[in-house]
Amino acid sequence: MANDLALSVKDLKTFFYTNKRCNKALNGVSFEIRKGKTLGVVGESGCGKSVTASSIMQLLPRLSRIEEGSITYHSERGDIRIDELERDGAEMRSIRGEEIAMIFQDPMTALNPVYSVGFQIGEALQYHTDLTKKQRGERVIELLTAMGIPSPGERAKQFPHNYSGGMRQRAMIAMAMSCNPKILIADEPTTALDVTIQAQIFNLMNKLKSENDTAIMLITHDMGVIAELADDVAVMYMGNIVEAGTVDDVLRRPQHPYTRALLDSIPILGRGRDQDIKSIRGATPDPYERPKGCQFAPRCDFATDACEVMPTEEAVTDTHRVMCHRYKEIFENA
Amino acid sequence: MPDSSKLEPILKLRGLETHFPVRKGIFNKVAGHVKAVDGVDLDVYRGEVLGLVGESGCGKTTLGKAILQLVRPTGGEVHYDDNGTDVELRGLSDDEMQPYRKKLQIVFQDPHSSLNPAFTIFGSLEDPLKRYGVTPRAKRREIIGDLLEAVNLRREYMDRYPHEFSGGQRQRIGIARALCIDPELVVCDEAVSALDVSIQAQVLKLLMDLKNERNLTYIFITHDLSVTEYLCDRIAVMYLGRIVELCDTEDLYANTLHPYTQALLSAIPVADLDKKTNRIVLEGDVPSPLNPPSGCPFHPRCRYAAGLCKTDVPALNNHSQQGRDHFVACHFADALPDV
Ligand SMILES: Nc1ncnc2c1ncn2[C@@H]1O[C@H](COP(=O)(O)OP(=O)(O)O)[C@@H](O)[C@H]1O
Ligand SMILES: Nc1ncnc2c1ncn2[C@@H]1O[C@H](COP(=O)(O)OP(=O)(O)O)[C@@H](O)[C@H]1O
Ligand SMILES: [Mg+2]
Ligand SMILES: [Mg+2]
Repeated sequence: MANDLALSVKDLKTFFYTNKRCNKALNGVSFEIRKGKTLGVVGESGCGKSVTASSIMQLLPRLSRIEEGSITYHSERGDIRIDELERDGAEMRSIRGEEIAMIFQDPMTALNPVYSVGFQIGEALQYHTDLTKKQRGERVIELLTAMGIPSPGERAKQFPHNYSGGMRQRAMIAMAMSCNPKILIADEPTTALDVTIQAQIFNLMNKLKSENDTAIMLITHDMGVIAELADDVAVMYMGNIVEAGTVDDVLRRPQHPYTRALLDSIPILGRGRDQDIKSIRGATPDPYERPKGCQFAPRCDFATDACEVMPTEEAVTDTHRVMCHRYKEIFENA
Repeated sequence: MPDSSKLEPILKLRGLETHFPVRKGIFNKVAGHVKAVDGVDLDVYRGEVLGLVGESGCGKTTLGKAILQLVRPTGGEVHYDDNGTDVELRGLSDDEMQPYRKKLQIVFQDPHSSLNPAFTIFGSLEDPLKRYGVTPRAKRREIIGDLLEAVNLRREYMDRYPHEFSGGQRQRIGIARALCIDPELVVCDEAVSALDVSIQAQVLKLLMDLKNERNLTYIFITHDLSVTEYLCDRIAVMYLGRIVELCDTEDLYANTLHPYTQALLSAIPVADLDKKTNRIVLEGDVPSPLNPPSGCPFHPRCRYAAGLCKTDVPALNNHSQQGRDHFVACHFADALPDV
């Protein structure tokens, strides 16, 4: 296996069960994250981005479970099947946070409101490293400084609620980065932030990637973020990766009707008022009453009877794959 | 776009201020003021779409609400042109304000929290109609049915409850509600921001169709500058309670004059692999409106700041080009390098 891979996910199926009904939130998802690269995962709300992230972190909510497939972490000590580890066992706990870290849209899911920010980062360091107390204190200041937090000495003693939204986000990233993780999973880390603060956060993530060779999985619903940050892209729709490839493959030569529709639906800065943005008709279906075949078929302009059968993943090129029965004909006519 | 030869203001704001008192201690003494809106001069033209942009906390929502007198301004004037009669809204009592509430409406970001979950859609929407004298119930049902169709929903939906609708549908119901008493001006406060992009495009198109059909004027509040470029005739950029740049949309993007607008625009990730942005990363956060910096409010984050900027507040001056107004509040607006 190529040793530039940090994580491989194969045919992952994660289902939710409520009231005897089943939501196939992830219905066979495969992808890889490369060392020192950013995989952008893009799609509309409910398509399964966060469930993918929590499956990897073994932080799935109750009522859900991994039904099939594998998640393999290619660690320095060899391959580790994450999906087979005990969720709260010693090995998973030490991987989580130390080797695979995660940042969220809402930093308060990761920060504890009753402890100072400095204490919380220090605690992560104590758990995952051999640093002495003094060294830990220094490292906390170092991290906060690197995150652009002003007067880090003072700030370390303050509580999360004393921080602005952008600062809290940076504090959470400081915590995630405290152990130089091999993999960083960022679930819409800047969705609630202004673009000016987003730019600061992305700078930090890029620094981690280049200095530490960290593999990043960046979840977003913003194609602009994908264009600027991602090396590889996976486009999700209703529990499937409908198209994946390098950022060039997917943005310059989109093959799936959904990817194209998504790209056509957003106004693009610099193109002025004459751009013809097209909405996608209808709405995403009820996840408990999914279409039989291709999940996008009910909203797709190219759907035929053939689409009532679930398409399989087909390779367009070595790096580019798509899940659509008709992509060849559609692309030719375009 | 309204015909530029006969621009008639529907609204004129003069020195508009909304300062919120901050109370502290056991005696609840006023310890200071959040200057959410701090001296805004602005004309809104009949039939235009005016974008209002800026980082969160800069006062966009407060300005929108202050225009509609949903929060009472603490200073300045709001002139509304009522068919040729100038009305100063700020001086009016709640009763006197009633006839104008009908003309000035607002759509919020999350219509879920503003639609009463215990009422059917008809129940929520008929209220304003009743208040403005549409007495026969059948007439109200007809108007609401027509409106739901206008926002691409089915008439029958009026007998359903809010929880039965998706986010995009609820946003359209929120728009229908704002339109049900035939307003002239609608403030859209982040009206599409919470929607998925494919749905956002539906709602944007709907807003534009309705505007053309009904001759509306929009103040379109958003933090998304890609949307404003597509949608707006003019754009006002706010920073810490003030307008720092105001001009035609094309000019704002092609000939950005304020260093803050330059940084804001450069920070937007663009879904275009051929577009290289020269990113200006601003340091730090927006300062607190409780203690705004002296001089130009942007000076602590501005890479061009000089001595003058620390002491003197720059006025919003017209740097018009080829006869088109271009207002900028920067001491060095004419001397900055192009980005
Ligand atoms: N805690 C939960 N309980 C029940 N269903 C959930 C839960 N979390 C996610 N789901 C469902 O799983 C699917 C994928 O959701 P998610 O991964 O959160 O989407 P997103 O792409 O917006 O992050 C959706 O159908 C969602 O309703
Ligand atoms: N009712 C209020 N009381 C006190 N402060 C407020 C109130 N409403 C808004 N503010 C403050 O006024 C400033 C501007 O807020 P807002 O108008 O909501 O900004 P925006 O809509 O641009 O995000 C913020 O600092 C906010 O905290
Ligand atoms: Mg999510
Ligand atoms: Mg607001």
